[in-house]
Amino acid sequence: MTGAEVVFTLLGVVAVGSAVLVVTTRRLVHAALWLVVSFGALAGGYLVLTAEFVAWVQVLIYVGAVIVLLLFGIMLTRAPIGESADLDSGNRWAALAVAAATAVLLVTVLVMGFRDAYTPLAPGGGSAESLGSGIFRTWVLPFEVLSVLLLAALVGAIVLSRSDIGPGAGDGAGGDDDGKGER
Amino acid sequence: MHLAYPLVVAALLFSVGVYGVLARRNAILVLMSVELMLNAVNLNLVAFDVWLRDRLHGGQVLTLFTIVIAAAEIGLGLAIVLLVYRNRRMIDVDRLRELREDGTAPAPAPEPGTGSRTEEGAVR
Repeated sequence: MTGAEVVFTLLGVVAVGSAVLVVTTRRLVHAALWLVVSFGALAGGYLVLTAEFVAWVQVLIYVGAVIVLLLFGIMLTRAPIGESADLDSGNRWAALAVAAATAVLLVTVLVMGFRDAYTPLAPGGGSAESLGSGIFRTWVLPFEVLSVLLLAALVGAIVLSRSDIGPGAGDGAGGDDDGKGER
Repeated sequence: MHLAYPLVVAALLFSVGVYGVLARRNAILVLMSVELMLNAVNLNLVAFDVWLRDRLHGGQVLTLFTIVIAAAEIGLGLAIVLLVYRNRRMIDVDRLRELREDGTAPAPAPEPGTGSRTEEGAVR
């Protein structure tokens, strides 16, 4: 077991442990904060795997943007700050069985299939330079398509979340939150 | 590094995400579990990219694309969740049963004081 494997194992334990806390904690805000720990440990794992640009993108987008979006969602749905008892649905044990079966199946197949696969880690493989030239030479068409997709998703999110546009906008613009007798 | 380490971590993360999607009731927690599953996929992509020593870096570039798609997904998902909250005053995914096929089961009673809002949401 080399040093990189030891570090990666520790980071993986942190990532999986905090992911378990995300899906089992009784406080919504704590779930979002444990998600930060999980994503950060995964970014460290990417660094160990020499994918440094992916690691920084992970920190920027997941830890920076997605968590903030989730916290905004928690805040806007007026979730309770403290413990709430009804975060788990009734089919918890069935879900546990399915998840355990998935874990056993995936781990067995992957370990049987890639038991002897070994790769030496050479630095520089995932630097911003090599990844940038890869994106803008070979993968430039999917990159542009993806930018259009992101724009479409942005427009869709704005249209969905604004209440003064769309069908039914004529009767009470913006008064969707407090107008009960507007119809 | 042996490839088994990142693969096992990714498999465990994915099954934790599966448990979260199936067992959680709050829609935002379901979205968080979906993010966990997407991260497991990303870890697999990076590990295989490093293992295959791809000169075009297809795996890592696809990881970046997956991160972007996850960001778009979380934006749209939260917009839908906020719309549901605005119409129903709750975001429990197992109480949103208007589309189920079985018409004989009684629909869960709406919260007192929000009945008109529920009908308005159904009309819209």
